[in-house]
Amino acid sequence: MTLLELDDLSVTYRIAAGEVPAVRGVSLTLDSGAALGVAGESGSGKSTLAMALLRLLPRDARVGGRILLGGEDVLTMKWGRMRAVRWAEASIVFQGAQHGLNPVRRVGDQIAEPLLVHGQARPEAARKRVSELLEQVGLPTWRARSYPHELSGGQRQRVMIAMALACSPRLIIADEPTTALDVMVQAQVLTLIKELVAEHDISLLMISHDLSVLADVCDQLAVMYAGRVVEHGPSGEVFHDARHPYSRALAAAFPTVGDPASRMAPKGLGGDPPDPMRLPGGCAFHPRCPVALEECASLDVALWLAGPGRTAACVHVREKEGAS
Amino acid sequence: MTAPLEAAEPAVQAAGPGDERPVRRGTLQYALSKVGGALFSIAMVIVATFFVFRLLPGDPVRNLAQGRNMTPAQLDLERHRLGLDKPLINQFFDFVGNTLRLDLGTSYEYKRPVLDLIGERIGPTLLLAGTGLVIAVSLGVWQGTRAGWRHGGRFDRFSTGTSLVLWSVPTFWLGLLLMMVFGVGIGPIPGVLPFRGIESVDAPDGFAYLLDVASHMVLPCLTMVAVIYAQYLLVMRSSLLEEVSQDYVTVARAKGLRDDEVRRRHAVPNALLPTVTLVFMRIGFVVGGAVTVETIYTWPGLGQLFYEAIVVPDFTLMQGTFMLITVAVIIMNTLADVVYHLLDPRVRSA
Repeated sequence: MTLLELDDLSVTYRIAAGEVPAVRGVSLTLDSGAALGVAGESGSGKSTLAMALLRLLPRDARVGGRILLGGEDVLTMKWGRMRAVRWAEASIVFQGAQHGLNPVRRVGDQIAEPLLVHGQARPEAARKRVSELLEQVGLPTWRARSYPHELSGGQRQRVMIAMALACSPRLIIADEPTTALDVMVQAQVLTLIKELVAEHDISLLMISHDLSVLADVCDQLAVMYAGRVVEHGPSGEVFHDARHPYSRALAAAFPTVGDPASRMAPKGLGGDPPDPMRLPGGCAFHPRCPVALEECASLDVALWLAGPGRTAACVHVREKEGAS
Repeated sequence: MTAPLEAAEPAVQAAGPGDERPVRRGTLQYALSKVGGALFSIAMVIVATFFVFRLLPGDPVRNLAQGRNMTPAQLDLERHRLGLDKPLINQFFDFVGNTLRLDLGTSYEYKRPVLDLIGERIGPTLLLAGTGLVIAVSLGVWQGTRAGWRHGGRFDRFSTGTSLVLWSVPTFWLGLLLMMVFGVGIGPIPGVLPFRGIESVDAPDGFAYLLDVASHMVLPCLTMVAVIYAQYLLVMRSSLLEEVSQDYVTVARAKGLRDDEVRRRHAVPNALLPTVTLVFMRIGFVVGGAVTVETIYTWPGLGQLFYEAIVVPDFTLMQGTFMLITVAVIIMNTLADVVYHLLDPRVRSA
């Protein structure tokens, strides 16, 4: 069953200098209990996409298209209904290692807050639920009385996860949940997310710049570039056998462990992401593309079939699939 | 799939409940250490006061004579009376001893103990400056919160602009202007508010007396508030702006809290912290009185006393008021540290 469906979603920021298109027509679906990863560089629009799902974007953002969460269009909801959906239906795991937790309130109170706001528990029951949640994320229950600064980065991220689970939502949106954590802690947190999501049958939408992290946790992967999905498919295939040159560059940017050759020569990608106010014509990636053809500067690229259950927005894919 | 994710699995168990519960350091212990520091500062102030006022130019005895013809014998006698003929080191120990016994000496001008003079003047000052501070802080914090929350909106532009203009206005000018408009009256419009002193000459008794004092307070208070509330507004506004951009505010929104709940429960408590420090530091200066305001409105407070002491110059009185003001500032800073400690858990564990 489809839990989340994005239909031609677009987000444009209106600033003094003009309009900045951050997300340009993204269509994705996420089934109940499934995990979808969205990858991309900074500025690719992936975080804007995540914030748009619960209408958390700043006032100057204009959102178009449809966001169907359990069949209901988020974008046309009344504010009261929107607030009721927030956290109870879909919650967010932010980068807790940074500023996701209020520095002057005890973490237990912060975990309990959504329970009380949504009337899911009275204070006494909420306290019990907080202990339960802390145990689930592998923290001792007395930690409820700690302040965020008393916790390590990994512990704070665990608190963020406990907080996201509080109201037993159907969807968890994880926005860079392991950024700013060291590698070992990152692995622990990822394992925890995987286990909890599977155990509670929660759908997961995970945002990261790290393709290997997404490939590990998610079933499906979508790679974003300049506000568009440029490749979509089963995560293993996208990670190991990317069809779009940008996905290939993103996958190669992280050295494969156990492969000294890739460690010694991590492959980066030259150039910077394009300025969204001055996007190049044709395929937005063509100025940085190592395999660009002449026609890429003018060709309107779309997501073309790139194999069973896979799509990619590259002219090479179209030619190959078209020929076979 | 990358290898370390698999390898790290056993570490999950190890990271869990293993860590030890820390022992918190008490607030009392912290407060005591701060009080210790404050006492040291006060001791330094006493020492510094002695030497600073001995370094001031002018012979206090000649100043007292005020140009009258006096024989050297008379001057010496006067010096002896004031203890100024003793060696400096003896004068120093006398001074420290007297100060510790709260004997701040006798005013040259009034021929009365400095402590008594201060005691008479401190009430009106606390009344005027205290009221002014409470109003200025409430006004500034309220407007700063609204302006910061709707940053760039009409209220923000209007209130921030107004407060900045008033802050830039010289106190004496605004005081005189208000006095002319509301006290003296312009042209056919009569003045409605009293602007001299703290009470009318024929002050009534009882409740009517309170009303009389209150009406005398309006203009000086208004002047004071107008000039100082901008700093609370600006500090509150900028710290709220900083907090609003933090992730935890977005988290609070995502949790389904109403806009005003996000502001009240999350953003404002954090944004208030810098303001608290500022307020406590100002309380210390309140004791010193607003010299300009008190002088303009002939308010019988410490500020006016200090001003008179400088004009004479009355060294013992200056010395006394100076020490009072510095000690008040030190005490309030110490209190600010302790209150901040109670409000911000991050300071507590540091």
